[in-house]
Amino acid sequence: MTRSPLLAMRGIGKAFLGAPVLSEVDLTIERGEVHALVGENGAGKSTLMKILAGVHSADAGTVELDGRAVSFGHPLQAQHAGVASVFQEFNLLPELTVSENVHLGREPRRRGLIDRRAMTERTAEVLSDLGVEHLSPSAKAGSLSVAHQQITEIAKALSQGADLLCMDEPTASLADAEVELLYRLIGRLRERGVSVLYVSHRIREIFDLCDRITVLKDGRLVKCVDTTDITPDELVTAMVGRRIEAAFPDRLPGTETGEVRLRVRGGGNAWIDGIDLDVRAGEIVGLAGLQGSGRTEIAEAVFGIAPFTRGTIELDGGPVRITGPRKAIGAGIALVTEDRKAQGLALRQSVRANARMVLDANARVHSGRRLDRIPGLLSSLDLVSRGDDQEVRFLSGGNQQKVVVAKWLAAEPGVIVLDEPTRGIDVGAKHKLYSVIRSLAAEGLAVLLIASELIEVIGLADRIVVLHDGSIAGELPGGATEQDVMAYATGRRSAEAGPA
Amino acid sequence: MTRLRALAGRLTNPTGTVFILLALILAGIFVKNADFFAGPSLMAFLKQAAPLVILAAGQYFVIVSGNFDLSVGALVGAQVVIAARLIDGEESRTLPVLAVMLFFGLAVGLVNGLITTALKVQSFITTLGMLLVLYGAIRLWTGGAPTGSLSEAFRTPGRLGIEGVPILGQLPWALLIMLALGAGAIVLMRTRFGRILMASGDNDRAAALSGARVDTVRTAAFVLSGLSATVAGVLIGGFAGVSAQVGEGLEFTVITAVVLGGVVLGGGRGTVIAAMAGALAIEALFTLFNQLALPATLRPTVQGAIIIAAVAYAARQRTRPAATPATVTPS
Repeated sequence: MTRSPLLAMRGIGKAFLGAPVLSEVDLTIERGEVHALVGENGAGKSTLMKILAGVHSADAGTVELDGRAVSFGHPLQAQHAGVASVFQEFNLLPELTVSENVHLGREPRRRGLIDRRAMTERTAEVLSDLGVEHLSPSAKAGSLSVAHQQITEIAKALSQGADLLCMDEPTASLADAEVELLYRLIGRLRERGVSVLYVSHRIREIFDLCDRITVLKDGRLVKCVDTTDITPDELVTAMVGRRIEAAFPDRLPGTETGEVRLRVRGGGNAWIDGIDLDVRAGEIVGLAGLQGSGRTEIAEAVFGIAPFTRGTIELDGGPVRITGPRKAIGAGIALVTEDRKAQGLALRQSVRANARMVLDANARVHSGRRLDRIPGLLSSLDLVSRGDDQEVRFLSGGNQQKVVVAKWLAAEPGVIVLDEPTRGIDVGAKHKLYSVIRSLAAEGLAVLLIASELIEVIGLADRIVVLHDGSIAGELPGGATEQDVMAYATGRRSAEAGPA
Repeated sequence: MTRLRALAGRLTNPTGTVFILLALILAGIFVKNADFFAGPSLMAFLKQAAPLVILAAGQYFVIVSGNFDLSVGALVGAQVVIAARLIDGEESRTLPVLAVMLFFGLAVGLVNGLITTALKVQSFITTLGMLLVLYGAIRLWTGGAPTGSLSEAFRTPGRLGIEGVPILGQLPWALLIMLALGAGAIVLMRTRFGRILMASGDNDRAAALSGARVDTVRTAAFVLSGLSATVAGVLIGGFAGVSAQVGEGLEFTVITAVVLGGVVLGGGRGTVIAAMAGALAIEALFTLFNQLALPATLRPTVQGAIIIAAVAYAARQRTRPAATPATVTPS
C-alpha cells in the first residue's frame, strides 16, 4: 500500500485583478521531507505559500492534505489542519513572553484560569526538543533577537501539532551563526517526521538542506527534482529559463559617457558595507541582486534616507555630506522610490500639485522657469490624464509613475536613482519609461537603476553591479547573461574569486 | 454641457456641498424672516459670525496638515481674561496688551506644534492637554472669576465699524478683519507653504521624501491657529465682554464648521474657503434656530449630529468606486 503524500497541490491557479500570478502549479511534499520552493522575484513562490497557509484562496486547482481534499478560507483553518507558516514578518506580540506567544489562544487552563506554570513547562519542553538553549520561555518576545523570534514562531507552530511547516526566506535576516542554528533545527524537525516547505532563492542553503526542489518561473511550474539530480548551475538556469528577448530601446546616438558624477567609496551602514560605486555622466548603472541584498539600501543611503555612516560620497568631483533628502535634492540627486503610492505621491492631490512638489518643497531648486517646464515635461512623458487638475489616485499605475518621474525631472537633477521604476505598471508605460531612461543618459545625467526584473537591468544598463548580502559581489558589462548575474547574486561567485 | 457637469461635480463633492447647505439655510431664514437680509441686520449677523470664520481658517491649516487643535476655545477664553486683567480699564494699555496677547497666542501655537511634531504626541492629546492647562491656569490666576475690564479701544474692533455706509448702515470692523484674514488664508494656501502643508497632510512620507520640512509646516499651522484664536479673542471680547465662560466649547463649534466645509480629518483634503463657509453655515443655522424659537440648549446636540453626518458624507464620497488602476505586485 502506498501512502499518499502529506501534501498534494494540483493545478493551482491564482490571478490578482486579472493578472495571472500562478497557473497550473503542482506541489507535492512527502512526510519528513524538506522541500525547497525556488524562483526569481515575482515567480509566485510567496503566493503559492500564502494559498497553502490560507491567506489567499486559489482560483483553480485542488489541495489534498493526507489524502483528503481541503480548502482553507482562513489562516486558522490551515493551522488546525496542521499547516503552520512562518512568514518574513513575524506574528508575535512583542509585549508577551515567549511561552505566552507560543500558546496564544490555546493557553492551558486550570480551574478556569491560565495555568502559567504548565505553559512555561510545555514551552521549555518544546524548546529543548528543538535543541534550543539560551532562550527563556519567560523572555518578552519584543526583546529577542530576530533568530530567537523565529524560533519562537517555530515553537508555536510545533506546539500546535503542525505536520507541515512553511518558511518564507527564513535566513533573510539571520547572521551566519544563527543560520547554523536554523539548519540544526530543521534537522530536528525532519527527525520528528515534520515536513518543511523552504521558500528561498539562496542556492547554497537549498543544496545544504533540501531533499527535493520545486522550481517556479513566471507563475508556472518549471520542474520538480531531487536535489541529488541537479547541479547548482542547472538550478540557476532552470530558475532563469530562456526568455524571449524583451525589446529595449538602444542607447541613443550622441550619448557620451563623461566624467564621474556620483562616486561612493567604502560606503556602509547597518545594512550595507564596502560599497564602491562610480556612475558617470551619460551612464546607466544597474544594481542587481536578490531581495534583501542591499539594492534599496544603497539608493536610500545615496539619497540620505538612511545615510552611509562610513565612507564618502562625491558629486561631480566634490565631496558632499548627504544627511537627508533635502541635502540630496539640493545637491542634485533624485530618487524615484520603490513604492510610488506610499512614498512617491500625495494621492489625493492633483497631477500638477504632485509634479511641482519637489520644487515647492525645496527653495534651492525652486524657480519659475522650472515650474513653467512642468506641463511640457508631463506631455513629453506621454502622460494620459483628464487634465492637470485630476487627482493622481485616479490615474493608472503607469501614469502615476510618470508623475513621480516628472516631479523629479522638474528639479533638473544631475544624478537620478530609480528604484523599481516599472513595478506593477503596464507594458506600454514600461517601454515609455525605458526610453525616458535612455534619453536621461543622453542628456548627461548619471542614472542608477534598480530592478528586480533582471532582464531590465541587463537590457538597459551599461554596467551591472551585483549585490549579495549587503556587499558588491561583482560587476558585469551590460548585456551579460542572467546566469552570470544570478551566479553573483546568489553568492556562488564573488568578486574575489573572479568569474568562474 | 461639460461645464454644467463640472459645476455639478464640484457642488456635489463635500467641499461644494457646504455652499448649497449655506444657501438652503439662508433660504430658510428668508422664508421665516425676510427682514434679516436688510443691510443692518445682515451686518450684525456677519459681525457676530466673524470670530468663528476666523477660527475656522486657523483650524483649517491644522486639520489639512493632518492634525487638529482642540485648544482654541480655551485660548480664546484665556486671551479675553488676560486682556481684562492686564488692561483693567486703562485705555493707554490697549496696544501693549494686544502685543502681549499676540505673543501669547503664537507661543501657545508653537508649543502645540513642537509637542506634536518633535515629541510625536498625537495632536488630539497635545491640544486636549493644552486646553486643560489653559483652563486651569486661567482659573488659578484669576481665582475663579475674571477681574478687571476691557478698554473702549480694545472693544472697538469687535463692537464698532464704519458708520453711515449707505444701505448697510454700519460696516463692522470685524467683517473687514474677517475678509482680510480670509483673503490672506486663501492666498497662503496658494503659496509654496500652503502646497507643502496640503501635501504633508495627504502623504507626509512622500512629502518628506520630496524634501518638504513636514514638521516645520505642521508647527507653523498650529501657530496660525494660535494667531486666529488671538484675533477671535479680541473680537469676541469686544463684542460680548468679559466672562468666565468665554470660549467654552468653541473648539467643537469650530471643528464642526471645518468638517461641515468638507475638510477631511486626517488631512490633505478640502479648501479654506469651504471651511470658512462652514463656519458661516453654522452661525446661520443657529440664527435660523432663533427664528424658529428653538431652545439654544439644542445647539450641542445639533453640532454633534452635524459632525457625524458631515464625516459620514465625506467618507461615502471617498469610497465611491474610483477608477483605481489594477496594480499587481506578486512576489
